[in-house]
Amino acid sequence: MSFDLVIAYSPMVLVAATAVTAMLGIAWRREHTVTVAVSVLGLILALIAQVVAWGVIPVGTALLDFDGLALLAGLLILASTLACAILSHRYLEAFQGAREEFYVLLLCAAVGGLALAASRHLAGLFIGLELLSMPLYGMLAYAFNQERSLEAGIKYLILSAAASAFLLFGMALLYAQTGEMQLSLLMASLNEGLGLWGLAGIGLMIVGLGFKLSVVPFHLWTPDVYEGGPGPATTFLATASKVAVFALLLRMMLSAPLAQADWLPALLTVLALASMLVGNLLALTQSNLKRILGYSSIAHFGYLMIVLVVAEGLAAETTGVYLVTYVLSTLAAFGVVILISGNTRGQDAAALYYYRGLFWRRPYLTAVLTVAMLSLAGIPATVGFIGKFYLIALGVEAQRWWLVGGLILGSAIGLYYYLRVTVTLYLVAPGASRRDAPDDWGMRAGGLVVVIVAGLVILLGVYPAPMIGLARILAF
Amino acid sequence: MILVWLIVIPFVGGLLCWQMERLGDRLTRVVALVTMLVELLISLWLWFRLEFQLPSLDGTAARWALEFRVSWIERFGIDFHLALDGLSLVLIALTAFLGVLAVLCSWNEIVRRIGFFHLNLLWILAGVIGVFLAIDLFLFFFFWELMLVPMYFLIALWGHSGSRGKTRIGAATKFFIYTQASGLLMLTSILGLVLAHHASTGEYSFSYQVLLETTLPPALSRWLMLGFFIAFAVKLPVVPLHGWLPDAHAQAPTAGSVDLAGILLKTAAYGMMRFALPLFPEASQAFAPMAMGLGLLGIYYGAVLACSQQNVKRFIAYTSIAHMGFVLIGIYSGSTLALQGVVVLMLAHAFSAAGLFILSGQLYERLHTRELSEMGGLWGRLGSLPGFWLFFIAASLGIPVTANFVGEFMVLFGTFPTAPWVVVIASVGLVLAAIYSLILMQRVHYGPPRSETPLKGLDVREFVMMLSIVLLLIWLGLYPQPLLDTTEAAMGGVQQLFET
Repeated sequence: MSFDLVIAYSPMVLVAATAVTAMLGIAWRREHTVTVAVSVLGLILALIAQVVAWGVIPVGTALLDFDGLALLAGLLILASTLACAILSHRYLEAFQGAREEFYVLLLCAAVGGLALAASRHLAGLFIGLELLSMPLYGMLAYAFNQERSLEAGIKYLILSAAASAFLLFGMALLYAQTGEMQLSLLMASLNEGLGLWGLAGIGLMIVGLGFKLSVVPFHLWTPDVYEGGPGPATTFLATASKVAVFALLLRMMLSAPLAQADWLPALLTVLALASMLVGNLLALTQSNLKRILGYSSIAHFGYLMIVLVVAEGLAAETTGVYLVTYVLSTLAAFGVVILISGNTRGQDAAALYYYRGLFWRRPYLTAVLTVAMLSLAGIPATVGFIGKFYLIALGVEAQRWWLVGGLILGSAIGLYYYLRVTVTLYLVAPGASRRDAPDDWGMRAGGLVVVIVAGLVILLGVYPAPMIGLARILAF
Repeated sequence: MILVWLIVIPFVGGLLCWQMERLGDRLTRVVALVTMLVELLISLWLWFRLEFQLPSLDGTAARWALEFRVSWIERFGIDFHLALDGLSLVLIALTAFLGVLAVLCSWNEIVRRIGFFHLNLLWILAGVIGVFLAIDLFLFFFFWELMLVPMYFLIALWGHSGSRGKTRIGAATKFFIYTQASGLLMLTSILGLVLAHHASTGEYSFSYQVLLETTLPPALSRWLMLGFFIAFAVKLPVVPLHGWLPDAHAQAPTAGSVDLAGILLKTAAYGMMRFALPLFPEASQAFAPMAMGLGLLGIYYGAVLACSQQNVKRFIAYTSIAHMGFVLIGIYSGSTLALQGVVVLMLAHAFSAAGLFILSGQLYERLHTRELSEMGGLWGRLGSLPGFWLFFIAASLGIPVTANFVGEFMVLFGTFPTAPWVVVIASVGLVLAAIYSLILMQRVHYGPPRSETPLKGLDVREFVMMLSIVLLLIWLGLYPQPLLDTTEAAMGGVQQLFET
């Protein structure tokens, strides 16, 4: 039993050890490439350990519970951290300040994500969440000599701290009402009698977690932070951080659904619908790719909240599939942005202007971005379609017609800006291009990563059986 | 296996064209042409080789002439399941033929980024052929959506920006959003059907054959039928949902218009006959008066609006709406005769609309305008082009000897026993067809000429293209029996399912 626990903990331990190693390495001598190599190696080992841990689940301690959900979320978090680390290498080459600390922050945040996704206790939850958020402040403000990046970091810091305060207060109220901190016991005890404090506690926790997921109306920070943060930090925020928070929310809903409280699904339905519509509508007029992706992620988590409302039947499996599709598509899209931006100093090349006519200069890179956009829009033959298929199936099965309607309407609106981005890539380029990926992008590790991710988007879109198998095994 | 090849050949041909661009423009076009010719030959060969008997409703064996099935996503019982019967074969042959025409008519029109253009063109055709072959509902939806993406690119990148803020990208986006949103409604319906089947049997299946057996509560059946109907109605298009069509046609390049009018609209009629009617017979029967009413509305609306158009391609687009009204009436009449007529009318409309679009493309190459106000008096300045134009106008208004006449006659004749008043009102629409067709002819080719200088006549490529369509229309107009024999079994099957 105890040895199983060691195996289950080993990915987290490995990533933490890598972070310490990287830090010590920096203290001894600054070598960018070596730091990247150490981080990548550690993350790969952790990924392997995560796969090995598959054999021993479910095991758990008082704070953490390693079940299928934690494992799947862990795989996604580690994979996206790995992608971020590799993409950062080229991106930070042109950076003037200290480059190596970025990886230490990245690894620490990954540990936080792993802990958060596995937590079953309010204390574990808070530790995980803070360990995830604290390094993100630093990562977002990493290019501190640029106003935008600094602004993004500080904005995220202040708002995130406020959200944490909400969360803590909610936890305290829940504890006062029930006297429990174990999530499942807490939810069970709430089922017996909610009470005024319980109600307020749940409300405050929804505010706190909704902020991290950027659910409308707690989404205001998203576009600015997405736009201002350096590419790799934003990528991590959009993928690993959101996956971890969502895994936690799902665990809370699945562990003991609040049976007699039908106001909760109603509230979540309203939040989901608002996110789908507001996210998509606000994206329509944007002309900055990173902002568009920010709004698009608001909409996507609106779609995914259908799972929280239904919380039975296909729900767990849908979460697994949808998170995989979301992470893959987002990684591909951000990967291209990072590759284009990384070659030069200054702000990220995220204005759509830079992408006009990209196809005629970089056909394969454009293909990657096209695939990512179509996948986010949910067109068949990309993995995004499978995710949408699952969500509609779930909504139809549970007969949540409002949510299905919102999903369809949201997708229709969303098409407009996804197509706008896509067609921009193929228009005639406006004279000389000022920002471009380096000529050898395909040979570099970062280029390889985006090509592999795009390949997976297509492959799993055409033949989704392995992904479904994974989601089915793990999401129980 | 040959069914898979039918889809793979244009797909691979498209990729080849993309790469061939480096070796020269001419080679790219030749590769695309050869691909579509091979496709056409295969479908004709299948036509001569296969037998299409009457299906027996109890046995599944005789229903399809060819079948291909491999398991795809076992979790939901989804198969990669293709099958061919008379109806799909006829439509595939049509797709291949129009594919050849589409490649030929862009021979001089498209000069930029030829490789990517042909990639998109051939992928549209691959997607459409997939739609005609798929009988797993998931696979059907997969192809249904897949063909939109290359069509979007075709309009958005090689289209024409019209006047008054009507951009090609706007038109393409409108087209995409209309079809995609209605497509998601269809997906919801498909899933509703599958989950209802799951609830009663405990098994997931997307197979057409299996889902035909599902019995649904009437209320649910009505809603699911509507989901399918709306998706197909947008594509057909049926009048309140037609907003995308005139813009898409007006802004698309010639090859895009040919594909759109000739093939993409037909996928909707096909979908109604293959899926909407047989899967929900009672609900469709109850809905039939409504559908026929919408068909009548389409006939009048299309005809009246066509008369006031200033752009040739918009003009033809509105006449398409009118013709599709007849198709809709025929589909929901529930008689074999009318359904057979629908097939003939679909082919006839595909040929005549494609012919008119190609002609307006050729006109544009010579005059550099699509505005009717800038034409007039062209007869005598263009060699044989106005002659062809007159023929297709006559075909489109349904003159005997052309296939359009046969189709419209069969539809109206077959519908009369069930809905005489609909037929009476629709027949008046034929008069309107004559009016708008003659207006178009008059404004383009007669009247005082703008100048006396003769324009370039048709070259051999253009002449052969037009002649082949003319011959097909006349052949189907004089002797449609081979076509009717081929589709009779399939249409009889639809009719049986609809009646029972």
